[in-house]
Amino acid sequence: MNQLEPQRGKAEPAGLDVVVTTMASDSHTWNLVFLQLLLEELGHRVTNLGACVPDELLVSECRRIEPDLIVLSSVNGHGYHDGLRVIQALRACPELAATPTVIGGKLGIAGSGEPDRQRSLLAAGYDGVFEEGRSVADFRSFVGALPPAASRALSAPADRALPADRALPADRALPTAARTLPTASASGVLR
Amino acid sequence: MTVPATAPRGDAPATPGFGAFVARARAAGTLVVQPRMGMADPLRMRDGLLATRGAAATTVGTITLDSYTRTGDLAAARSALNEGVGLNGYPIASHPVDVTRAVLRGVSDARFPVQVRHGSAMPEHIIRALLAVGLDATEGGPVSYCLPYSRTPLSEAVACWRRSCELLASLREFGAEPHLETFGGCLMGQLCPPSLLIAVSVLEALFFRQHGLRSISLSYAQQPDRVQDEEALTVLGRLADELLPDVDRHLVLYAYMGVFPRTPGGARLLLEDAARLAVRTGAARLIVKTTAEAHRIPTVGENVTALETAAAAAAAERLRPPLTAVPDTGIEAEARALIGAVLELDTDIGRALVRAFAAGYLDVPYCLHPDNAGRARSSLGPDGRLHWSNVGSMPIAGLSGGPRPPILGSADLLGALSHVQWSYDSRAAETPDLDRTPAAPRELGHTTP
Repeated sequence: MNQLEPQRGKAEPAGLDVVVTTMASDSHTWNLVFLQLLLEELGHRVTNLGACVPDELLVSECRRIEPDLIVLSSVNGHGYHDGLRVIQALRACPELAATPTVIGGKLGIAGSGEPDRQRSLLAAGYDGVFEEGRSVADFRSFVGALPPAASRALSAPADRALPADRALPADRALPTAARTLPTASASGVLR
Repeated sequence: MTVPATAPRGDAPATPGFGAFVARARAAGTLVVQPRMGMADPLRMRDGLLATRGAAATTVGTITLDSYTRTGDLAAARSALNEGVGLNGYPIASHPVDVTRAVLRGVSDARFPVQVRHGSAMPEHIIRALLAVGLDATEGGPVSYCLPYSRTPLSEAVACWRRSCELLASLREFGAEPHLETFGGCLMGQLCPPSLLIAVSVLEALFFRQHGLRSISLSYAQQPDRVQDEEALTVLGRLADELLPDVDRHLVLYAYMGVFPRTPGGARLLLEDAARLAVRTGAARLIVKTTAEAHRIPTVGENVTALETAAAAAAAERLRPPLTAVPDTGIEAEARALIGAVLELDTDIGRALVRAFAAGYLDVPYCLHPDNAGRARSSLGPDGRLHWSNVGSMPIAGLSGGPRPPILGSADLLGALSHVQWSYDSRAAETPDLDRTPAAPRELGHTTP
């Protein structure tokens, strides 16, 4: 898988292994480029899957990499429907059942921040929903609240032992996930 | 010798063909303007074409296809039609041939040629569909519709584009002159230095020629700096004259393809600058953007307004002294080095392109496609011009002077991507006679064909 060549060498041992991806119908990539740069600046290692990622490829790459975080970004207005489908496939894999997974961008064609849409995405298994109205700072604080890779590795067996039909997904949602930040986002230009 | 200029839509019999129409307009001293426009409903598509034809401008028509047809998912296009679900373009391979012929009847002719715009890395089914309805002009390219917008392996896109070119060129046996336009002058839409845009546009044109086309347009997309664009288009024209002397050819300029101004005034200023740029540099055709670009798919009316705005700006620019000298900042040297390095790899241009990307001799900055080396980096300099920050393995190190801006971080990337939007919206705010309606939320700042 091609990646933006690491240009800054900031990845730290404690940094997370992150998969950044979009979904099958979305050919936009500036949003993915931005997220990769942002995460690398925060010291994480990114595998960027690029444009139009089919479900099977998305799942197989995540199973192969077993990342600490999966970031789905979509800006073509199909992200809500595509995202509901993809999270089922990810959560059905035992090794990905508890992997922190977030979705963001412009997820629907009917404007931003529809609370129902966010609720159903969280209920479907996402740990965070970052619609266009929510700031980059919000996403950063979510990532910052994740345990470092080293400690995750220690606790991984317990995490990953969760069965696919685990308790209510909302139980896993991190505290930041449901916060709303209605301010305009600089990431708007990526749409 | 003076050849009397024929008005493109005069009464005299006209040679059919997209390229011939543009050549007549150029000889008459008129810029051809063209919208991006595609509706799923045949009647609305026909009305859109009629409105384009009727605009107070020298226009050609566009049928933009939907994204299901683009990606070859004809079943999805069919079921969307059956269920009345909205499509974002005209599904030319799904409507019956008779329906599309009826859309075009009395609209598309030698005085109003229509081009199909699609965005497909694998366009063979689209070429077959447009030939079946009597059309013969389209656009794209094996690199420019593969790397930025798909994950199709480049070698597969090259093979499909070779078959597609041969299919389109087969019309020549029947006396027609099919036309194909490169999309290589756009690539990721923004932040690509001009030399690479020129090189890919020229290489795609050479690929089209190698596979039988004899009427070709070479694209270039407007970038942030006018003077840099003047140099780039001058170089593109020079290289086209030199490398494609035996084909009917013209330059086509795309109004800015990146994040567009949000205000109507800013959008209009940017479009007018594009029209002036086209006239000054000898581009024969301009593809417009509308004031709705930053917000949504434009209406037919907004497209007609954009066509007329661009035509008026172009006509005014013709009255001004022509561009005489452009500075040489190394764009030509870089473009020649890139083209030369690719052509040396293989006499088959398609194979040469695949090998060039594998070797990193061509490397599109910020392109995530698996077949792109991904080492090159570009940036917007403090001078407002595009520069290389890292040329990767491209054979152009040291060929242009000027600064090497540092590699962009995430915040600076956002700034560079929205620089044109910001600066034109600011200019509009300083210009009191432009209508200033409040900015609506941003929509897709994306390049569609």
